[in-house]
Amino acid sequence: MVALKELPTRELFGPGHRMCTGCGPAATARITMKALEKPAIIVNATGCLEVASTIYPDTAWKVPWVHTLFENTAAVASGIEASLQAQGRADAVDVIAFGGDGGTFDIGIQALSGALERKHDFTYICYDNEAYMNTGIQRSGATPYGAATTTTPAGSKIPGKLNPKKDLIGICAAHGIEYAATASVAFWNDYISKVRRATAVKGPAVLHVLAPCPLGWRFDTSETIKLAKLAVQTRYFPLYEVENGKYKLSMKVPKPVPLEEFLKPQGRFRHLFAPEFARNLEELKKQVESNWNRIAQLCGEPIVQTQPASG
Amino acid sequence: MAKVVSQKIVGMNGDEAVAFAAKQAKVDVVAAYPITPQTIMVERFSDYVADGEVDTQFVCVESEHSALSACVGSSLAGSRVFTATSSQGLALMHEVLYLASGLRTPIVMAVANRALSAPINIHNDHSDMMGSRDCGWIQIYAENAQEAYDWTLQAFRIAEDHNVSLPVTVNLDGFTISHAMEGVAILEDGEVSKLVGKRQPKYRLDPDNPMTFGALTLPDYYSEFKRQQVDAMDKTPPVIAAVADEFKKVSGRQYSDVSCFNVEDAEAVVICMGSIAGTARTVATRLRQQGKRVGVLKIWQYRPFPTRTIAELLSKVKCTGVIDRAVSFGAPYGALCSDIASTKVQTQIQTRILNVVCGLGGRDVKPTDIEQVFEKALRCADGTPVDTSVSYLGVRQ
Repeated sequence: MVALKELPTRELFGPGHRMCTGCGPAATARITMKALEKPAIIVNATGCLEVASTIYPDTAWKVPWVHTLFENTAAVASGIEASLQAQGRADAVDVIAFGGDGGTFDIGIQALSGALERKHDFTYICYDNEAYMNTGIQRSGATPYGAATTTTPAGSKIPGKLNPKKDLIGICAAHGIEYAATASVAFWNDYISKVRRATAVKGPAVLHVLAPCPLGWRFDTSETIKLAKLAVQTRYFPLYEVENGKYKLSMKVPKPVPLEEFLKPQGRFRHLFAPEFARNLEELKKQVESNWNRIAQLCGEPIVQTQPASG
Repeated sequence: MAKVVSQKIVGMNGDEAVAFAAKQAKVDVVAAYPITPQTIMVERFSDYVADGEVDTQFVCVESEHSALSACVGSSLAGSRVFTATSSQGLALMHEVLYLASGLRTPIVMAVANRALSAPINIHNDHSDMMGSRDCGWIQIYAENAQEAYDWTLQAFRIAEDHNVSLPVTVNLDGFTISHAMEGVAILEDGEVSKLVGKRQPKYRLDPDNPMTFGALTLPDYYSEFKRQQVDAMDKTPPVIAAVADEFKKVSGRQYSDVSCFNVEDAEAVVICMGSIAGTARTVATRLRQQGKRVGVLKIWQYRPFPTRTIAELLSKVKCTGVIDRAVSFGAPYGALCSDIASTKVQTQIQTRILNVVCGLGGRDVKPTDIEQVFEKALRCADGTPVDTSVSYLGVRQ
């Protein structure tokens, strides 16, 4: 674990960027830059982090940084890593790729899969705010069941998204990579340890970070970290690592907070509390529980039915 | 002054010649994906890697989109980069093509030209490259394996010149050049090293000197970025000419923006690109023997388009027949002919223009076909009224 005072005070992701107040992804970028121990090259997929941090002629990055396209971030990172190998500098420089959930779960998954299979030495960080926030809150493969987005609105017949979230870490781990982990912007210490572990690995590593979006999730901008914490404490977003195929819980949640406490402050779930969609709320809770049980089982943890009744 | 060096003649097809040139240029990174008829290039290069003949990082990617994306990454990190593709692969790269030129990344890419689907067809025409004509790349068309080899070597120097800093495609006709075995005169490795040197990047992704590449550029600056790309393209012809001069001193082979065959006193000229030029010269030679004043103008450097050179060469030509190897649907002319027509308008030359579209999807273009083009152009040059709409040679109705 890292002590707060050990963190560098320098800001490589500088203030003055134009991300929203309370932005989870901006906090993710900032902590990542504090976690890095070696010089780094950043590759950034199209998305909020990219458009709001480098509006020409300004840039928030004090490290070499490149944005190219939406779906090719892992491929560009592959090329940079190959170049560093050719220059004999691959061990001296960390290549970090940032992609949102749209750029990772959906449009960029082929390039990511290719780069993981080829075993490039880089770290891919998916900052997941569970929808295409940059284009105006459209659903992605990372949007959870029941969430309202502008393409899965809470209608009178259909209450938001009807498909569950993809298992990104499962997909990545299936490539046989040495390290993959989930993390949360609320647990900075855990996150920093994971960034350091991921960059230390020789070969590809993937971090999946839940990074709440006040605008898209519709909650007060002061609540970002609180919600990120609740996501873990309600078992909505389990924190775990997969090291050489072996799953390990990073945070046990023996007494989960009722899921409603995570859902209620968010406008995107508000409709689930209407009586006509009670069934859908139950379905979401069931999915959260079964996902937790699945992960717990993979981590060799005993499965205890501790999800309390709603209330 | 350097002396023309003796050169070994080696039997190679076009793909092999290109792969060999990339090897001799000591590329740092190759990222590529296989597609017919480009496959031999990546296969040969893989042989070099497997046998330890090169130090290149060979990234066998999962798609052409990633191939060019990885090349952009490597080029930005300062490496000398090569890739190759064809047809659907080039189409899949489309958005990355614009990225590569917009980010000013020197990359050399061979394109074994092939028709685009649908219907699926693996044979030669120029639909693939013409579909990406305005992507901001320097575009060279080779006529045979020798030219493909020579241009690939020169392309590294051109792309990496600091006044240019643009990606280059070297086009070679699929199968007709890519798979046809020829005697290719090759330079010694040492001569190539002297000629192409090592890449000296001006800007790159470097932790010691951090820079932001690919920033969001809004209406207040976007036009200026595009204008700089136009300027870079405008600065390219003298660089190509200088590299060609240097190349000639060593190889004895002269390259330029275009290649002329009996154009000086011609009344009718056929303009074309790629392997078809050889057939056109054979026909023109025969017609000359019959006393007909015809010539052939082959374009090597399609982008930047050699407007002034062509205007000068056509200034006294009465009729110009332009051969397009791709259809421009719904347009008045094929792409190459549109450029010739624009040249005529911009420079106020008087030549009349006829456009022929032929050789689609690998259909053989025979000497008799080319003869028809010359005959029609000669009639037109005489003042005989001719149909000036686009003709599709040898197509069944």
